[in-house]
Amino acid sequence: MIKYILKRLVMAIVTIFVVATLTFFLMNTVPGGPFTAEKSISEQARKNLEAKYGLDKPIMQRYVTYITDALHGDFGISLKQRGRTVSSIIATKFPVSAKIGGISVLVALILGIPLGCIAALNRGKILDNIIIVLATFGIAVPGFVVCTMLLYFLGVKLQVLPTTFGDGSWTHFIMPVLSIAFYPTAYIARLMRSSMLDVLGQDYMRTAKAKGVSQFVSLFKHALRNAVLPVVTYVGPMLAYTITGSFIVEKVFTIPGLGREFISSVLNRDYTMIMGTTIFLASLMVFINVLVDIVYTIIDPRIKLK
Amino acid sequence: MSEYLVNIQDERLSFFTPAGEVKALNGVTIRVKEGEVLGIVGESGSGKSVTAYSLMGLTAYPGKLMGGSLDFNGHHINDMTEKQMRKIRGNEVSIIFQDPMTSLNPVYTIGNQICEAILLHTDKSKKEAWERAKELLTLVGINEPEKRLKQYPHEFSGGMRQRVMIAIALACEPKLLIADEPTTALDVTIQAQILELMMELKDKLGMAIIMITHDLGIVASTCQRIAVMYAGHIVEYGTTDDIFYNPKHEYTKGLIRSIPRMDAKEHERLVPIEGTPVDMLNPPKGCPFASRCDQCMKICLKEMPPVTQFDDIHYTQCWLNQKAEFDRQQKEDRGGAANE
Amino acid sequence: MKTNPLSMQLKLDPEDFLPATNDEKESLVIMRDSVSFWKDGLRRLLKNKIAMISLFFIVVIMIFSFIVPGFYPYRYEQQIKGSENLSPMTYSEEELAKKEAGEDVFPHFLGTDKLGRDYAIRVMMGSRISLIVGLVAAAIILVIGSLFGSVAAFFGGWVDLIMMRLVDIIYTIPDILLIVLLSTVLEDPLKSLATQPGFGWVQKLGAKLISIFIVFALLYWVGMARMVRSQILTLKESEYVTAAKALGAKNGRIIKKHLLTNCIGTLIVTTTLQIPSSIFTESFLSFLGIGVAVPMPSLGSLAGTAINGFQTYPYLLFIPAVLISLIILSFNLFGDGLRDAFDPKLKN
Repeated sequence: MIKYILKRLVMAIVTIFVVATLTFFLMNTVPGGPFTAEKSISEQARKNLEAKYGLDKPIMQRYVTYITDALHGDFGISLKQRGRTVSSIIATKFPVSAKIGGISVLVALILGIPLGCIAALNRGKILDNIIIVLATFGIAVPGFVVCTMLLYFLGVKLQVLPTTFGDGSWTHFIMPVLSIAFYPTAYIARLMRSSMLDVLGQDYMRTAKAKGVSQFVSLFKHALRNAVLPVVTYVGPMLAYTITGSFIVEKVFTIPGLGREFISSVLNRDYTMIMGTTIFLASLMVFINVLVDIVYTIIDPRIKLK
Repeated sequence: MSEYLVNIQDERLSFFTPAGEVKALNGVTIRVKEGEVLGIVGESGSGKSVTAYSLMGLTAYPGKLMGGSLDFNGHHINDMTEKQMRKIRGNEVSIIFQDPMTSLNPVYTIGNQICEAILLHTDKSKKEAWERAKELLTLVGINEPEKRLKQYPHEFSGGMRQRVMIAIALACEPKLLIADEPTTALDVTIQAQILELMMELKDKLGMAIIMITHDLGIVASTCQRIAVMYAGHIVEYGTTDDIFYNPKHEYTKGLIRSIPRMDAKEHERLVPIEGTPVDMLNPPKGCPFASRCDQCMKICLKEMPPVTQFDDIHYTQCWLNQKAEFDRQQKEDRGGAANE
Repeated sequence: MKTNPLSMQLKLDPEDFLPATNDEKESLVIMRDSVSFWKDGLRRLLKNKIAMISLFFIVVIMIFSFIVPGFYPYRYEQQIKGSENLSPMTYSEEELAKKEAGEDVFPHFLGTDKLGRDYAIRVMMGSRISLIVGLVAAAIILVIGSLFGSVAAFFGGWVDLIMMRLVDIIYTIPDILLIVLLSTVLEDPLKSLATQPGFGWVQKLGAKLISIFIVFALLYWVGMARMVRSQILTLKESEYVTAAKALGAKNGRIIKKHLLTNCIGTLIVTTTLQIPSSIFTESFLSFLGIGVAVPMPSLGSLAGTAINGFQTYPYLLFIPAVLISLIILSFNLFGDGLRDAFDPKLKN
């Protein structure tokens, strides 16, 4: 087990390294640089700026410097938000995104799993059909549509909820969380329904019933733990994506999160910011995947980590 | 209490599928005395398992009981609620399923699954249940019970899992054990071991067994009574000797002809039963076996044969057995007319 | 011998006890028609009302986005002076004056945007782009994914290991980053390519849309590759393939007869379900402003542009938003119908 985790961690670090290298070279082969867009500054000023951030040096040298610094935990200074380190920007923006994302994932799980179970248990009945229809609509409506509809009806027409993120009190969380949780809720409900139906047809469910186990216990003890496995697989990467911030939702509700920061850094060619956020996102992805695998072995003893 | 532990009278059961009503049981009568072993033989889809499951209230979703009465150990199953049924299941009547590989929940330990049955039906504490589970594993011939109880199903072989299933079934010392093709999924050597174990435990605990199988060899060696099922009918019923040495129904005869025999001459061929089973969605009006029967008569295609009773136990449903009687009566009638 | 008295109540004829002929026996056996896999699937698909309604809707959308713009009186990039920000079915003063003069003025069914472009034609063109993106991306993903997956599955061993590790890495690269970077990288080369004869369409699509296709080709086939690989691995192990081998079937026959026929249902279904998810991604990117190039609209970019003034002109946002949801919905439902009809293994 420990050997396996160590092996996975080494793999994870290799993956992050490959992603970082790819990003670095891809980014730097793109013509133009972070300061070419700013027409207000003179040629000389631009050169000075580039020299200051070491952009005038050959690419291999910059790469080596960057990686060595990164290994020491130094991700450099943002090229656009001058004077601020990349780490400190991520440290201030990430908690906002993570909080909204985390709550959304929780909401999606709390709503999606029971909905899927209810549908499966009422297979073919009205309740099942209602849930299927809702879930099918749910996965067909893009996030930006959900966002803007919520904003229009709840924020503008009824004016019950604030349209911007503002100070971030709990009412400001409702619409962003609903927008982000919308798709995963529908997806989890569908996933849960089909895997629940699969499990309910398994022989061991019949064994449980033949033992005299009540429907409630057989559902919660025997079925749920088996049926939830596909959901775990889905929730892992979804969690990684969600807590790093939804680009759309952060744009629409003007939330100062990491997702928006990432988009603007890409559009502004803020090299160090791009590198920092990419490495951060990739690390989060791979580590959550390792975590999912470990959770898997806890739920399903058949899976042996080798 | 009646003299029978199990008394199923004229049971009718249908599955309502999207394609139409499938009449799975068409008047099945089965009686089992305490401590008796009844074998139900028949090919896939003949209604063997459906009969047994309905006795436990385990009929699968689109299935519905359409008639008949089911009595078990003083309970009238027809009138019982799901809650009342739960008290009987795993307690007074237990079942072993065909495929031990999939019949145990993969995410719980063996100990947990055995104790579940004990805790449900007795007042034992968790610790006592664990001790009982250990006893049960020893009873079904599993070594190192303490260690094995903490293991998961995937750490057991097929035969061992079936032993675990038997241990779960026996947890509350049931009056009746239903064995639904208990050895079909196992190796031949393991089959013999499991059957031997079941017979041994039957003698030890004095329970009755309903053995569902399509293997005539198994029923010959284990059962006192045999019911031969075909398309939801019991076409022949009798003692083991009746069925093997004096079969009356063409289907039973066919089954027996298709068993390999030790005393067969060299190059003697096994005789298969030609044709395919009836389409249960559109069952024929007459005898369901008619289209595959060598001795088929015109009446067989028109009318379901009545029961011919040979003695207190042995009976069959076949027109051929009515023919002799009919001929005799015809002669009598003619003779009577001549005398007058 | 005891006889059941029941038999005596029946009026029996000696005739009845004569042996039945084979013909009589056979008349009883009702054989169900055996139908081929495709015929059976098609029958099930045609019986599925929801799938048929979805297909009908997709066809209608296709007619509106590919055929109708051909003879529509307005063009998508045409700015009509004086007709800015018209509500649906209204006319500008100039147009009213023209109407007074007895001229035919084609109505703006969905109004106009703030540059005076007819919104109906823009929505139609937007749907066209969205559909093209969905179909082309699905095709790209199908080809690359199934090739990659089957190669990995066929060779197995370390080839498989390396190929799947690559898939894992690709999974981790942020797609937005790649799209933005690629579109910048490709901008200049594509511009020069566009000047070549026969490549004019490159200019029209824009570097960003082409980058989106390239990114789909680079990144999004991994799901397909994984699925095809696992499918082939299972099939390779299956008993009937072993049986076919034991009977001396040649590799070609096994691939054609067993692997392909068993895979193809899943492939069709996965590809169909890939279409809505590509449309989904494109609309999301265009909404963020990194999708199609102006003035070319896509449903996502129409919604993205409309969001700025949506408090005053909400319909400009709602029309593309609802339409894209409906398109995705009908592709999903049609894909589900296909799956139920042709891939009963996946059904639930």
